[in-house]
Amino acid sequence: MALLTVDNLSVTFTGNNQRPVRAVDGVSFGMDEGEVLGLVGESGCGKSVTSLALMGLLPTRGVEVGGRVHFDGTDVLSLPSRRLRDMRGSQLAMIFQDPLSSLNPVVPIGRQVTETLRRHKGMRGRAARDRAAELLDRVGIPDPARRLTEYPHQLSGGMRQRALIAMAVACAPRLLIADEPTTALDVTIQAQILDLLGELARSEGTSLLMITHDLGVVAGLCDNINVLYAGRVIEVSSRKQLFASPHHPYTAGLLGSVPRLDAPRGEALTPIRGSINDTIDWDDGCAFAPRCDHYTMECLTGTPELVRAGEGHQHRCVNPVNLDPGSAHADRPDPVAEGGNVR
Amino acid sequence: MSVLELEDLKVHFPIRSGVVFDRTVGHVHAVDGVSLSVETGSTYGLVGESGCGKTTLGRAVLRLVDITSGHVRFEGTDLAGLSGEEMRRRRSRLQMVFQDPLGSLDPRQNVESILAEGLEVHGIGQSRADRRTKIVDTLERVGLASNALSRYPHEFSGGQRQRIGIARALVLEPDVIICDEPVSALDVSVQAQVLNLLEELQSAFGLTYLVIAHDLAVVRHISDVIGVMYLGGLVEEAGADELYADPMHPYTKALLSAVPIPDPVVEDAREQILIPGDLPSPSSPPSGCRFHTRCPWRQPERCDTERPELREVAPGHRVACHYAEEIRAGELRSRSADVAAGTPPPA
Amino acid sequence: MTLGTDRVNKVDRLAELTARRDGDAEGASLLRETFGRLRRSPMALSGAVIVGAFLFVAVIAPFVAPYEPGAQLWGREVMPNQNVFVGPRAENWFGLDHLGRDQLSRMLVGARNSLLVGVVATLLGFTVGAMLGGVAGAAVSLGRAWGRRLDAVIMRFIDMMLAIPALLIAVSIAAILGPSLPTVMVAVGLAQVPIFARLLRGSMLAQSHSDYVLAATALGVRRPRIVRSHILPNSLGPVIVQATLTLATAIIEAAALSYLGFGNPDPATPDWGAMLADAQRFLVGAPELAMYPAVAIIITALGFTLLGEAMRESLDPKLRK
Repeated sequence: MALLTVDNLSVTFTGNNQRPVRAVDGVSFGMDEGEVLGLVGESGCGKSVTSLALMGLLPTRGVEVGGRVHFDGTDVLSLPSRRLRDMRGSQLAMIFQDPLSSLNPVVPIGRQVTETLRRHKGMRGRAARDRAAELLDRVGIPDPARRLTEYPHQLSGGMRQRALIAMAVACAPRLLIADEPTTALDVTIQAQILDLLGELARSEGTSLLMITHDLGVVAGLCDNINVLYAGRVIEVSSRKQLFASPHHPYTAGLLGSVPRLDAPRGEALTPIRGSINDTIDWDDGCAFAPRCDHYTMECLTGTPELVRAGEGHQHRCVNPVNLDPGSAHADRPDPVAEGGNVR
Repeated sequence: MSVLELEDLKVHFPIRSGVVFDRTVGHVHAVDGVSLSVETGSTYGLVGESGCGKTTLGRAVLRLVDITSGHVRFEGTDLAGLSGEEMRRRRSRLQMVFQDPLGSLDPRQNVESILAEGLEVHGIGQSRADRRTKIVDTLERVGLASNALSRYPHEFSGGQRQRIGIARALVLEPDVIICDEPVSALDVSVQAQVLNLLEELQSAFGLTYLVIAHDLAVVRHISDVIGVMYLGGLVEEAGADELYADPMHPYTKALLSAVPIPDPVVEDAREQILIPGDLPSPSSPPSGCRFHTRCPWRQPERCDTERPELREVAPGHRVACHYAEEIRAGELRSRSADVAAGTPPPA
Repeated sequence: MTLGTDRVNKVDRLAELTARRDGDAEGASLLRETFGRLRRSPMALSGAVIVGAFLFVAVIAPFVAPYEPGAQLWGREVMPNQNVFVGPRAENWFGLDHLGRDQLSRMLVGARNSLLVGVVATLLGFTVGAMLGGVAGAAVSLGRAWGRRLDAVIMRFIDMMLAIPALLIAVSIAAILGPSLPTVMVAVGLAQVPIFARLLRGSMLAQSHSDYVLAATALGVRRPRIVRSHILPNSLGPVIVQATLTLATAIIEAAALSYLGFGNPDPATPDWGAMLADAQRFLVGAPELAMYPAVAIIITALGFTLLGEAMRESLDPKLRK
């Protein structure tokens, strides 16, 4: 059974005397128990807002949330805040990009970890302290007993992120949401943290929702990947398929615009033109059309729907690319020739 | 011929304390004896993690920070020995592109005055109209329309702002441009635009780049020669292909294996060299080899006490490791059992 | 040709759809955008209306005041000793004060003096403070050893000023100049000097570490020009906001000093603080006499505070998009 179902989630920010901004525009996806799902997109695609909505962490004023989010059969969005608080930390947990600002600077690490244990497990005193030390040890913090008494600023960035992970997994949550957990970290530390997250998910059976802008990060870690653009899911796929044959021109464009460490040198990058600001409303057509190399009149009339293209692979494009699997890094096919017979 | 040469460059920042009288209680060894040379018309990529001193090194070349000792030779002239005014005048030849495209542009200036400022202070261009022609030409070169002239930085997207930053450097017709993390603040889809633009401009104007970045994939893509920095010192330097194919320093190996590759097939097959722990503080660097506290191949005695010199192991390939050859030959076993010593990550 | 027109149609349609999303004008400077935001902010609007109304009253006061503010025209009708006061009536809308003077006229003319004191004191504090802070900030930003020393001297002086309470300054100045409106202005103004100086210096220091200053240095711009055309202009925002907020406190402080008797002793030129002081003696018999100036002070201060806060908000870089 699906652990998490997100159905047509939309989030609109209605600032005072400003045009409302729709950050998330009908996002739907599901997650199974123990699944590692990647939510990939650039800044402004709505991936972080989605995660905050799942946790019920959006401010209530000036924000309109629509759609449904079911976690283990409970509707999270309509849950009273008391029940939601009980759920957060024990069943749902989240780690953020900036570990320093997510930790309370004036409270020792130990107290911050035991607080979760006390709140959700009713553990106290010696037992809670021992468990906290165990947790720090579990996430690879050396000398945990001493670290418990230290303050966040005494820890390095990687250690802080580990401490946050320890807090997040303290009550063995069923779903862990990681919002850009390694973006602020150096690449060797990033490797350590990704390793830890993957290992935690595998050994504890925790579902992991990995939110990132970095395709490289999800390539090694996630079972399935959702690509977001302008507040909508534009491609859903297993990781192998997504990287082998991305169907949406945006996904293909993203892959073409990051330099690969293992690519032969001198291989030209194929950037996506324009920026995330060059977009049109989904109601008018495909939001990616202004940046797309082969949009047609059809792209500019009506919202494109998610289309199935093979086992577990969906895309939201009228003229998809790479429909023939295996032509992974081939040139983009002529949209008219290939796209005509899709729908 | 090398246009830029650094010789034993050191930048130490004093750590001050005291309320009334400043007392120097120690030094941060940001850059600690780096020697390298950049060939005319080529790109030298300097890679390293935060705190390794790469940004300070870039700024020291332009004398934006005080050089503690050593030499920076630009076309034979030692910049470290120039007076402030002489250095200032030389700045039109050596330019810089910054990491944060918004922060490095004065929010109160429109694009025209941002680009005109450099021309004015170096007395380039006869008249306002003359300068404007030059500015419009440059804007066009970096892919901005002339209607950008009267607009302000906050009205542009990140990629466009970085183009403005590049145009500001380019309009002075410099020989060398130091790019400090030129794309790391940009969205993924926009990074490629800026990287392509930098390459295009290089071939059009014969520019020499010193690219400073933490992203090894970016550096490898754009550079001819790559230098890897760790804790203020260069640990390895080689041609971009050579460094990737045959990394010899343990830190380089770890760095290469840590960079995620957007390809599941490659990722699954890769063996990772996870180096434990964190970067030691640059104010009290470890004795001997700076990397010995985290090195999986550390040998007793020598690594802890003797600082390895950067030595040439093959033409154009320099490494600062006592046991580079032994590690490559597989004669030394790494401490972590899951590391296959010496084999480069599969391509 | 059909292919060609298709393409044109396609491009036109795209242009139309893109334009529908962003209709922003070109070349709007931050200053203009800030004003645009201020115009739409209800806080700024209400602040501006209040301040505008009081300023208007202050300007036209002598022409619209129905009577001479110092003339005791109804002196015999009021007997404060016997608790006999005259409240609002047709010829005196706000009633009479304890000496039988028209309270409305005194309020109107008092508005002029109170606002004048506030504005002049703020201007004085702003000018002197910004000069000291600007010199200190510039000296540090120039990055020479003598600059740091000059800065240290100025800042220690500022610290000393901070340590002396405004009241003490007022007493000392009053001792020299005698109680008068300028005494109050100088005292209130001087008390603001350290705040402005510290604010501008701090703001300049923050700006001098910014990336665009580094970029200008890398460009080869001389240090003095960087200070003049980059650091200083970008540092003024918070200082101007502070000035607006200071106007509110200056009016209150000026009133307080007048109340304590450091103000103009001439009964013909009333100000709200002095009126409050006079009314205080008759708080039991005629509380409304104290109410009028008190409420006026509060509303004016509120107006300036609203305006200042709105400005602070619209200048806040975090809210810029």
